[in-house]
Amino acid sequence: MRFRSYDTEGFYDEMFEADGRSRAGAQLLLETVEALSDGHLLRYKHAAERLLLQMGITFNVYGDSAGTERIFPFDLIPRIVPAHEWDVIERGLKQRVHALNAFIDDIYHDQRILKEGIIPSEVVLSAASYRKQCHGLNPPWRVWCHITGTDLVRDRDGQYYVLEDNLRVPSGVSYVLENREVMKRIFPAVFEGLSVRPVTEYPSRLLEMLESIAPMQAEGPRVVLLTPGIYNSAYFEHSFLAQQMGVQLVEGRDLVVDDGDVFMRTTKGLERVDVIYRRIDDDFLDPKEFREDSLLGVPGLVAAYRAGRVALANAPGNGVADDKVIYAYVPDMIRFYEGADPILPNVPTYLCWRDSDRKYVLENLEKLVVKAANESGGYGMLVGPHSTKQQQEEFAAKITANPRNFIAQRTLALSRVPTIVDDDHFEGRHVDLRPYVLCGKDIYVVPGGLTRVAMTKGSLVVNSSQGGGSKDTWVLSGPPQAAFQSQQQSQ
Amino acid sequence: MTSSKPLLSRVASAVYWMARYMERAENVARFIAVNQNLMLDLPRSYGDQWQPIVDTTGDRNFFLENYGSATEENVVRFLAFDLKYPNSIYSCVLSARENARSVRETISSEMWEQINSLYLLLAAESSKPVRDILPEFCHNVRMACHLFQGITHVSLSHNEAWHFIRLGTTLERADKTTRMLDVKYFILLPSLTDVGTPYDDVQWSAVLKSVSGLEMYRKRYGRISPERIVEFLVLDSEFPRAVRFCVSRADQSLHGITGTPVGAFSCLAERNLGMLRAELDYAQVDHIIKGGLHEFFDAFQTKLNTIDECILGDFFVHRSISRVAGE
Repeated sequence: MRFRSYDTEGFYDEMFEADGRSRAGAQLLLETVEALSDGHLLRYKHAAERLLLQMGITFNVYGDSAGTERIFPFDLIPRIVPAHEWDVIERGLKQRVHALNAFIDDIYHDQRILKEGIIPSEVVLSAASYRKQCHGLNPPWRVWCHITGTDLVRDRDGQYYVLEDNLRVPSGVSYVLENREVMKRIFPAVFEGLSVRPVTEYPSRLLEMLESIAPMQAEGPRVVLLTPGIYNSAYFEHSFLAQQMGVQLVEGRDLVVDDGDVFMRTTKGLERVDVIYRRIDDDFLDPKEFREDSLLGVPGLVAAYRAGRVALANAPGNGVADDKVIYAYVPDMIRFYEGADPILPNVPTYLCWRDSDRKYVLENLEKLVVKAANESGGYGMLVGPHSTKQQQEEFAAKITANPRNFIAQRTLALSRVPTIVDDDHFEGRHVDLRPYVLCGKDIYVVPGGLTRVAMTKGSLVVNSSQGGGSKDTWVLSGPPQAAFQSQQQSQ
Repeated sequence: MTSSKPLLSRVASAVYWMARYMERAENVARFIAVNQNLMLDLPRSYGDQWQPIVDTTGDRNFFLENYGSATEENVVRFLAFDLKYPNSIYSCVLSARENARSVRETISSEMWEQINSLYLLLAAESSKPVRDILPEFCHNVRMACHLFQGITHVSLSHNEAWHFIRLGTTLERADKTTRMLDVKYFILLPSLTDVGTPYDDVQWSAVLKSVSGLEMYRKRYGRISPERIVEFLVLDSEFPRAVRFCVSRADQSLHGITGTPVGAFSCLAERNLGMLRAELDYAQVDHIIKGGLHEFFDAFQTKLNTIDECILGDFFVHRSISRVAGE
């Protein structure tokens, strides 16, 4: 397969300039791929798929009874992020996560930002993910967002934007690690001559961060990962991360609260637990505090947390900053708490509770992307240019009925990366980028992230639940010339 | 006991059952293969020999209701692929995989991948006609199970989880060896009068092959004799599928789990398993046969069931609040 007939079709392409020349960091990779015979590339592709299936790297699709386990489609052509771009992303994410933590801590304490009128009180207090039970809580280091999976997108001009912050229970990092493993096992040749920054450090960093938030009295703290169980769509990731960190994977029924402390039930009786990396939403965490019908959670867990007997990551209540209306105010938060302009901009957002914005949104539904404030995973969303008249009318009715619950954004022309299509040629497919940020005493950004790709031609929806796939993401460590030079020497 | 952290009760139960189901799948595959092989050696006048295989499962009624006659196609489909039958190879592998999936972080990745590949093999073969896949299918299942055993032995620390796996494996194996011998001995007994015919030899050899024991038996006793075969399969201390060998390893692992020295007990499971072990250590084959082999196996099955219930009560059910000693 060759790139000769590849057409960027006017989109920002991660591999090619508008005039068809390859981008500096991508040249060597393109040459390696082109040097392969077609049979080779396809053999690698199928070997990768077989490997993923054999390793059982699958996700579950709710409400799909036949073949409930699927592999997450994986494309062999990696996405490259040059060092200078990554530098901006990393600084931007650190700044943003720092400000978000300050905001959540403020909301559950003095609410300075509301008192000073930076954000309207009613917007925050009406958020479905705002938890008044969390008032006055002081998590260690005042950190509420321990693990964040920020979604970044690029528009037609190549500018990076933050699309969503994903503060609650972001998933996908296991694919970052496994995609890299698969690439190294199947296709080692493509790494030659490039310095791709490794991502393997993530599980150690995660464990270090989790141990750092243990209650003060805990020595050699016992960390566990709490999963909803094997039928959860991200179960593979839960067990993978537990295995990589060497911590116990537990379900709600394995835990019990006794005399204010949290224990797990073992073959030798009860064992104390100090830190819980929970992959269960706030709502299901504790039937005594949140949803009473939750069978996944642990009765009394939140009381133990509040009393400082156990640490939870991420902290309950942090979803208030994940609300899509509140998202629109993050640049203001950064200016307020950090005293600086945001390094990474937001996607300009219309807030339907504002009369003028709503009027504009309702008149321009066919051009905009509309999102429900409290949904994720590509649900509750209208992509205007790809929607029918009827869908637009349904959304118009929903927006009018509950304006607070909706935002709208200009439809971005997401950047594209060459992707193998029909096993016989390359076409550009739209991608986003989800880097993962760990925040304890310090902030760490894993160099890379999950590049999700909309496998369907023209589609802008990259979510795995909606047929998206993924690619390995290469953050290069040196300036692009370094790769270029080594390629010259090797010839 | 090792210094590693105690297992979650749920995890202990999952690895124990994962091991039992893998062992069960392997045994069923072996029974099918040996029987098919035997049929090729026997004259047509011996008639249909597939029914006894169904009988060793102890699920005769389920088969009769759903299949009727014991043809090769019916029996193999039933034993290998029937997902409504919980002890078919496919069902066992699915159950083993489901258990393994819930403890992927406890077992090694290699173990998981091996169970998963076996599952993919079954998913692919289950739709094919039986005639086209035998006997290679059975061979592949057995090899996959052996590979799993080997991977478990060398990739998982010999910690508490490993002991629960060995406990499950050996108890399941002891159960299967006795069931097979019980059924076969009963069927072959009438032919004891015409001992020495070539077909008698063929049939008894098949019994040994059903537990991969013919070669080891020959080394130990040489000539085929029903009494020696019973002695070998029940009381041998070195053959890995002999009942006594299995019970002794199960006993070792149970003590590995609790940390109690062998010869003492700290829970009901340990007491019952220790008594069974002692009984086999001092048993004599002529006494067993005199008292009735079938009666012996019946009593043995009851004891195994009791032990299984005790393991459940001692380790798997969520105990009421009682802290780990020392906390």
